[in-house]
Amino acid sequence: MAAAEALGAARYFTRWYKTSRGGRARTSACCSTPTGTGRDCAGAALSTQGHGFAPLRHGNCQSCCRICVITLAEAHPLLQPGKTITSINYQISPNCSRLQNKVSGKSKRGAQFLTELAPLCRIASSDGEEYTIYSCIRGRLIEVNENILSNPALLQEKPSTEGYIAVVLPKFEESKSVTQGLLTPEEYKEVLLKRQNSSSGS
Amino acid sequence: MSSLTEKDRPIVQLLLSAGTCPRCIFRFCRVGSQTLYRHPYKDLMKDLKQFLEGNQEEEDRACFDVADPPCKRFRHGHTEEGADDLNQNGVLSQIPLANDGNADVENSDVENSAVEVCNVCLGILQEFCEIDFVKKMCEKVNSSDFQFTSFVFSVSLPPQLSVREHAAWLLVKQEMGKLDLSLAKDDIVQLKEAYKWIIHPQLSEELGVPTDGKSLFEVSVVFAHPETDEECRFLATVCPDCFKPAKNKQSVFTRMAVIKALEKIKEEDFLKHFPCPPSSPKNLCVALEIQCNNGAVFVAGRYNKYSRNLPQTPWIIDGERKLESSVEELISEHLMAEFKADSFNFSSSGREDVDVRTLGNGRPFAIELVNPHRIHFTAEEMKGFQQTINNSSDKIQVRDLQLVTREAIGRMKEGEEEKTKTYSALIWTDKTIQKEHIAFLDDIKELKLDQKTPLRVLHRRPLALRCRIIHTMKSQYIDEHHFRLHLKTQAGTYIKEFVHGDFGRTKPNIGSLLNRTTDILELDVESVDIDWPPALEN
Repeated sequence: MAAAEALGAARYFTRWYKTSRGGRARTSACCSTPTGTGRDCAGAALSTQGHGFAPLRHGNCQSCCRICVITLAEAHPLLQPGKTITSINYQISPNCSRLQNKVSGKSKRGAQFLTELAPLCRIASSDGEEYTIYSCIRGRLIEVNENILSNPALLQEKPSTEGYIAVVLPKFEESKSVTQGLLTPEEYKEVLLKRQNSSSGS
Repeated sequence: MSSLTEKDRPIVQLLLSAGTCPRCIFRFCRVGSQTLYRHPYKDLMKDLKQFLEGNQEEEDRACFDVADPPCKRFRHGHTEEGADDLNQNGVLSQIPLANDGNADVENSDVENSAVEVCNVCLGILQEFCEIDFVKKMCEKVNSSDFQFTSFVFSVSLPPQLSVREHAAWLLVKQEMGKLDLSLAKDDIVQLKEAYKWIIHPQLSEELGVPTDGKSLFEVSVVFAHPETDEECRFLATVCPDCFKPAKNKQSVFTRMAVIKALEKIKEEDFLKHFPCPPSSPKNLCVALEIQCNNGAVFVAGRYNKYSRNLPQTPWIIDGERKLESSVEELISEHLMAEFKADSFNFSSSGREDVDVRTLGNGRPFAIELVNPHRIHFTAEEMKGFQQTINNSSDKIQVRDLQLVTREAIGRMKEGEEEKTKTYSALIWTDKTIQKEHIAFLDDIKELKLDQKTPLRVLHRRPLALRCRIIHTMKSQYIDEHHFRLHLKTQAGTYIKEFVHGDFGRTKPNIGSLLNRTTDILELDVESVDIDWPPALEN
């Protein structure tokens, strides 16, 4: 678990989780929203469950810092022991590569706009599986993490901080509603428990 | 010293019968003697008429001699005689004729035009030169309660005056052409200039201070003449490109635009649309506004911040104040009251977060006090203000409080980008550390960082990559999970992000250097390395 990681830079974030249904591997997403005492908040780190995304949302003030950092949630298959990442690909379609995202100015003009279901990247593991990581929140794509391209191990070693997937900035009007439909860490744990019980029970 | 001569006669005759006032006539005759304009209106009118009737040069000279004969000097500025008084409409009432009152039929035109509002200056060089108006201005100045040692007087004239001036010029030019003489527009004495010749001494005397072009205290008057506001309109049809509709301005017919159009317009076109000579208006101008304001003064100093809960500027979200007070309010409040200013602008050489203290010599700051009513304070008094501010709060302290010039502010801003800062950071590590694990930090010099815009400010700053240098570091071991780090860095370095790495977006960082997860628990600014403002003996 990213307990240790929850400190350091991630301390300023609140975690929210997204679970997705469907697919045999139901993974969780984790999203963190900003907490913190400073006027500047980062955003939410969204961890999704289902495929496990954890958006981190940073900020103490709802009306300021709204930046969200998308990361893998703890229960995501890619973070389980024995998984080796073979490739990370930000080219999600013939016309769209998240690497080509260019933003300019304070208002981040030119950013690719993401909906909750927009794919961020596709990650392949040595056992032949491929996982699509989704945005989980609506907003402008600010940047994707190029460090994990050169060092995929980072994603597994520090999924909640240096191994983040992307940074997203929701629209100002939507900054409060962005966490609707997301789970708190406690709710996330409950979902995980239920899954364990149901899979062991049946 | 020019005064009216024989060749001016036809011009004087022409203008006077057209309804132009004596002072404007002087202007068109290029009379440059300021004193002459200051003679009482009545006298000028009388003398002009005498001039027209007389034929000898001696008589002319006697009338318009620059050295005032005692009787004229005595009457300068007084309006005891009711003859000059305006009736309710602001129209000059009948002025008695210079000669013994025999209504001369041939001069009847001249006589009638004397009572009218001037067709060129619309009364500016008439009624608004009188002591009553000067007194009205002084009343406004005195009631505004400003402190000043000199003044500058500025006046704003309605644009149609330029049009009328232009028409009068064409008229005079034509007349002079008959005598094979020319008159360039630039040769005419400017209306504003003549007005100031007359107003300055009177205003200066009433206020008790001299005029000074560089003075910070400004008395300004705005004149308007609604009756003739439409007179500029024809210019837009003839020279449309001079009048671009400006979004914020109420009228497209600004003074500058009108002047530009008058330069371009051809004489024939002008004369087609505008009467020459200009018509006599029914009413005088009105003085719309009499305003005073003082130029801004600048107070500089250095501040220390001892609170970890104090923002630089007021923190208000949705109309609700989130944190009590602010650095700028604590410093500026008292100064605003002492200087009796309308508002202030606070700026400093960089700034620190809410939760960061500023120690050492403090951070340079400057406050612009806008429209201060009080400006004269001794160094002792400034020290007194410093003490008052320091006594009022333990969250901040100020030093070196002093008055500075506007230019000096530039030096402060230089500091923001160029000068180094030193910090002290309390750092936490997840895995344990021993002294030897952090000792190597002391040996690292000129460490280059690549810092992406920190996540905590990314919502309001552009995404960028900054290269910054950590010049030196000195570590102080505390325990297995804590140590203190003193650093000297380039201006603009994000210290917090250097410590915790900001998700790997600041590289290298203390975490990567120590191969641990690190966080910053406390940050203090130890010094801001800039030599401004000059240190004072405290």
